[in-house]
Amino acid sequence: MINKDLVIIGGGSAGLAAAIKARQEGIKDILIIEKDGNLGGILNQCIHNGFGLEIFNEELTGPEYAYRFKQIVKDKKIEYLLNTSILSLDKGFFIKYINESGVSICHAKCIIFAGGCYEKNAGAINLMGDRPSGIFTAGCAQKYINIKGYMPAKKVVILGSGDIGLITARRMTLEGANVLAVLEIMPYSNGLNRNIKQCLDDFNIPLYLSYTVKKVIGKSRLEKIIAGKVDENLNFIDGEEIEFDCDTLLLSVGLVPNISILNNLGIEVSSAKGPKVDEIMQTNVSGLFAAGNCVHVHDLVDFVTNEGYLAGFGAALYLKNQLKEDLNIDVVARNNVSYVVPNKIKYSSNKELEFKFRVKKPCKNVDIIIKNNDKIIKKVYKLALLPSQMENIKINTTNSPLKDGMITIDIETRA
Amino acid sequence: MKELTCIVCPRGCHLYIDDNLKVSGNFCKRGETYAIEELTHPSRILTTTMRIENRNSKLVCVKTNKKIPKEKMLDVMNEINNQTAKAPCKIGDTAIENILGLGVDIIFTSEVD
Repeated sequence: MINKDLVIIGGGSAGLAAAIKARQEGIKDILIIEKDGNLGGILNQCIHNGFGLEIFNEELTGPEYAYRFKQIVKDKKIEYLLNTSILSLDKGFFIKYINESGVSICHAKCIIFAGGCYEKNAGAINLMGDRPSGIFTAGCAQKYINIKGYMPAKKVVILGSGDIGLITARRMTLEGANVLAVLEIMPYSNGLNRNIKQCLDDFNIPLYLSYTVKKVIGKSRLEKIIAGKVDENLNFIDGEEIEFDCDTLLLSVGLVPNISILNNLGIEVSSAKGPKVDEIMQTNVSGLFAAGNCVHVHDLVDFVTNEGYLAGFGAALYLKNQLKEDLNIDVVARNNVSYVVPNKIKYSSNKELEFKFRVKKPCKNVDIIIKNNDKIIKKVYKLALLPSQMENIKINTTNSPLKDGMITIDIETRA
Repeated sequence: MKELTCIVCPRGCHLYIDDNLKVSGNFCKRGETYAIEELTHPSRILTTTMRIENRNSKLVCVKTNKKIPKEKMLDVMNEINNQTAKAPCKIGDTAIENILGLGVDIIFTSEVD
């Protein structure tokens, strides 16, 4: 068995940032465990540009963005294992993992979990009809094309208008496939406006709002998709159908934090489906931190990197025994707010707090109201809020310290 | 009056451009530049992958180092897919010089040893 001060599970954008920050804060004994053969996580297959606008003020591609952090990790000689899968993670922080050298156990004083998220697949969405080949997630197709160099489709229908689906639609078109349609069950798109424009409109790919797959037809390979229109209760409207002759159905129907490995540790889970965390990304299990898409799914990698830095900073304080818990505040998302991160505030020494959240439904002309035990501490007006866009609100508590109890996030529509 | 969605950043501003190319609805200066460009000569950065000589199925990521006219995207894709890169590849190094005479280079965006 080996012993480490800090083990970081996942060498993607959150894990790399966490490692770099923890090292900057003086933590020497760090190990990153990565299941892929390359550090960088999902960035390696996101070859499109648009990454890094917040942090570098540049438009980088995914691999370029990842490279900058990989280089720092290598320069700082932070230890990492590639092609290594976690088998179990037990109380007391015994991490059992497997790689080419066999099964090993590592004991950690502190863990940062940065395991990312997974795509909802066909099993998660009740697809009616046959079960032919040719149905996979958009991210899976992205990996085939961008990493493996295979072209898995000729005529494609995409279900779900999330960003990965839109970006894969463009990528497939550029590589010679015919993308017939993007179907979205909701009356609004779940992708960024810019991706609707540059991935669909630029290539004349139609987006069907309030449409979803009604039936899958195909013996061995997918042959046909029957799409049906839905009403406001998401029930199919009789007679409103469109048939698409296609060989591939790509699913871009949502991402879910990947936290099953934490099951043995007794973590509390938030409505974002990730572990509940405090303002320095520590979970309810002392010494277990989490950051990135395993906590809540982000729109921008820049925010994931910042969250990784925060977790790395928090883990360093934990390892140096510098955490003094003196507050007990629950952060609660109310009415149209689907989740908020962090879920707990514990340290009055943190003067700068950032609340990240999403709305459940699109809304216009609203105030975001943050209260501490019914006292308003921040009010921000927004012209429009969308579920596809994460909001973040910063508060500074220097002049008005927080009190034990509750912080609530509300959305109120202006008259 | 024309309407456009800005693609410069994830904010995705809704832009309005009048007949004299006066832009409104933009949050920042880049939106104005984008709107005028989009109406006069729309152009995009193209990102894709390229095969590597003598390396079965190994890919390297590439992009255009400047924006190319939107209508040239598929032609440039074809040209990139007809060529192979020589390893080792370093980020920022040129893979194809002056592709299709557009005055734009194809450069590597990932590293291959």
